[in-house]
Amino acid sequence: MRITGSIARPAAARIPWLTIGVWGALAILVLIAYMRAPQATTAVLTSTIRQSTPIILGALAGIMCERSGVINIGIEGMMLISAFLGFLFNVWTGDLFLATLGALLVGAAVGAFHALMSITLKVDQIIAGTVINILAIGTTGYFYQQGLTTRGKLTPVSIPFLADIPIIGPVFFSNPPITYASLILIVVVHVLLFRTAWGLRTRAVGEHPAAADTVGIAVNRVRYINVIIGGMLAGLAGAFLTLESVGSFERNMTNGRGFVSLAVMIFGKWTPFGAWGGSLLFGFANALQSQIQFLKNQLPSWLAWIGDLPPQFIGMLPYVLTIAVLAGFVGRARPPAAIGKVYEKE
Amino acid sequence: MSAGSEIVLEARNITKRFPGVVANENVSLKLYRGEVLALLGENGAGKTTLMNILYGLYHQDSGEVLIRGEPVRISGPSDSIRHGIGMVHQHFMLVPVFTVAENIILGAETRNGPFLDLNAARRQIRELSRQYNLDVDPDAYVKDLSVGQQQRVEIIKALYRKADILILDEPTAVLTPQETEELFTIIRSLTARGASVIFISHKLKEVLAIADRIMVLRRGRVVGETTPREATERSLAEMMVGRSVMMEVEKGEAHPGTPVLTLDRVTVLDDRGQRVVNEVSLEVHAGEILGIAGVQGNGQTELVEAITGLRPVHSGRVLINGRDVTNASPRRISETGCAHVPEDRQEDGLVLTYSVADNLVLNTYYTPPFARGIVRNDRAILNHASRLIERYDVRTPGPLTPVSALSGGNKQKVIIARELSREGRLLIAAQPTRGIDVGSIEFIHQRIVAERDQGAAVLLVSAELDEIMALSDRIAVMYHGKIVATLPAASATREELGLLMAGAQPTNVPHETIADGRATVKAQR
Repeated sequence: MRITGSIARPAAARIPWLTIGVWGALAILVLIAYMRAPQATTAVLTSTIRQSTPIILGALAGIMCERSGVINIGIEGMMLISAFLGFLFNVWTGDLFLATLGALLVGAAVGAFHALMSITLKVDQIIAGTVINILAIGTTGYFYQQGLTTRGKLTPVSIPFLADIPIIGPVFFSNPPITYASLILIVVVHVLLFRTAWGLRTRAVGEHPAAADTVGIAVNRVRYINVIIGGMLAGLAGAFLTLESVGSFERNMTNGRGFVSLAVMIFGKWTPFGAWGGSLLFGFANALQSQIQFLKNQLPSWLAWIGDLPPQFIGMLPYVLTIAVLAGFVGRARPPAAIGKVYEKE
Repeated sequence: MSAGSEIVLEARNITKRFPGVVANENVSLKLYRGEVLALLGENGAGKTTLMNILYGLYHQDSGEVLIRGEPVRISGPSDSIRHGIGMVHQHFMLVPVFTVAENIILGAETRNGPFLDLNAARRQIRELSRQYNLDVDPDAYVKDLSVGQQQRVEIIKALYRKADILILDEPTAVLTPQETEELFTIIRSLTARGASVIFISHKLKEVLAIADRIMVLRRGRVVGETTPREATERSLAEMMVGRSVMMEVEKGEAHPGTPVLTLDRVTVLDDRGQRVVNEVSLEVHAGEILGIAGVQGNGQTELVEAITGLRPVHSGRVLINGRDVTNASPRRISETGCAHVPEDRQEDGLVLTYSVADNLVLNTYYTPPFARGIVRNDRAILNHASRLIERYDVRTPGPLTPVSALSGGNKQKVIIARELSREGRLLIAAQPTRGIDVGSIEFIHQRIVAERDQGAAVLLVSAELDEIMALSDRIAVMYHGKIVATLPAASATREELGLLMAGAQPTNVPHETIADGRATVKAQR
């Protein structure tokens, strides 16, 4: 694959020393941790990837919508409905592939509903997203029956040879399908947005719809398609929860992940790789808190005090981190200029 | 370049109605190959509607469009692009955060398989730049370009789509006189290569300078066609307005008195914290009009906002009648007798959903006779409105009509009426005639001069150099946040002001380099 052009990506001109520095320092820390406690380190990192999967998928959903100028705070609801129906499809058909496909289609349908409300019916986009969230909690809670038997879940697939590399192998090359898909989708969405004509049009529609219109781009059509693609990505995040991670449905099991996705999207300045960084941070905090609770008694002596903290405090870690990151590190993130505005010809 | 005889574009009996108005009525137009057809008319005469029909943004109610003799149906911009029509809109249609190349190829992308091929785009853009002498850097971000450069990007955008019929909608509204000259050179090189240009404008001088033929629209109808050889500014103005117009503002000698407004090294920051007004000092005396000339975006807006209390003064002092009003509240400044005609009448001058009567008391509603304690006195407000509507010739169905229903000129008259009907010794007028009809412009100009003659100090800010030159007694030129020169209006020339507006040094302006402001700057380095 030859990728031409070097200017399509925002801020590609400067070498991102800060990013390189942060990731370099992290890699060194991981190595040190691995030398001292190989099993715990691998467990935390594997869990980091798994925990970050629904977050990055949700964030990619947000990026597709918002880059085209449609605010989507309904990602939480889209995830929840897809998780629920994906689970039911699994119960009915017993086929995990069909169930995942079903969850994707449900996501697309809810995305189309969001597009209909925000683009055609010109409902305030925040309200439209809220409608989806409330609808999702209400309907899934109402129709949920306890005691439905699960029909298994998607299991890890090891990639030969690559999976044997220490640390990297188990973390990246021994994952279940949706986790692999999310890693590939980060690259796909990035290339789509910044290297293709479709991406250029999508961003133009999100920045200056009138300009796009005057060169013959059907603004609302581009928005519809992007919001539906976004819905499918959120649907995949939902499928991850019921079909890959837990294996069954629980009431309100998204537990704010859709909103964390939005935070991560903003943290990543509406770019897939930036959002991935944010998701990993959140996933890491989540993995760490569950490992700490699990390994309470094996902590080194200088960290023993952490084991004495009430578990609720450790459970707060990912969310506190999210707030701190959003409040402190993001600085001035600039959303697409036409976001939230219905496009109407004068 | 003389025009050929081949008709490239023809509109026959176009009619377009909007609720309550006929924007175009039986308008017919012919455009020949290689000519510049100027479409002249006041704001609201239907020029832009007609062009939007030709470009496919609107659809006509009746009538037909022919391109090279073939009847065509243009249902969207992609149709018009396919037929070779390109349009440079008055407000540029460029994405600020995209590069020049990305903006140009948007919608007609150069591809390499499924991917964008920006190298091919760069090559094509360089080729077009060279052919038509349109200098732009394909990798520059549009937000970093000057207005003149952005306009070039728009023209290349049309040429890239192989347009040979170019519609330029008010292309000179945002340009300095020198940039306008450069644009004219570009237009001539386009027509020399066989392109045809429709040049929309309300500026008579420019139309006479560039057009091969001139068509005049008034209230949606074609009222006449002429050529620059036969027409004069006066005859064109009369065709536009439908009656004889006073081209010159009649005003006598100024009799400046004591300083009313004094600025002492005023520095103002914009929303992003940049110093956009840098240590400006000036005095406006009673009985004189001080005009501030400058290309838009050189700090004029922020300066006016700072004087009127709408934006904090970062450092320096503002004195009105000798009293320090630096960073005082807008109400306090207004109560010193400072009248303010703001630049953006829709946004800052009026509450659009309020009635004409309420808008006329926006800054006095809390004082007697309009209020008794906390209660409004509706009768007094209505009487006041009726009086002003008559005296200022505001064309409105009544004092209770929402001001949003009025035309631009009449909206502006409401503001002028409100501001000038109060006792005041200082008038700050920013772009007082932007986008309004010639009749209203004439009226507003007369009122401003009348204010001066009654002893008010007037600070006039305008992007229209003609307006500055016609009204001012002294002219201050603002460039990059500084007053670079202050000249007596009587001896200032357009060329001199244009150079100063483009950033040339006020001293030793050599006359040979007037055609190109940049040459001067370079020579002085």
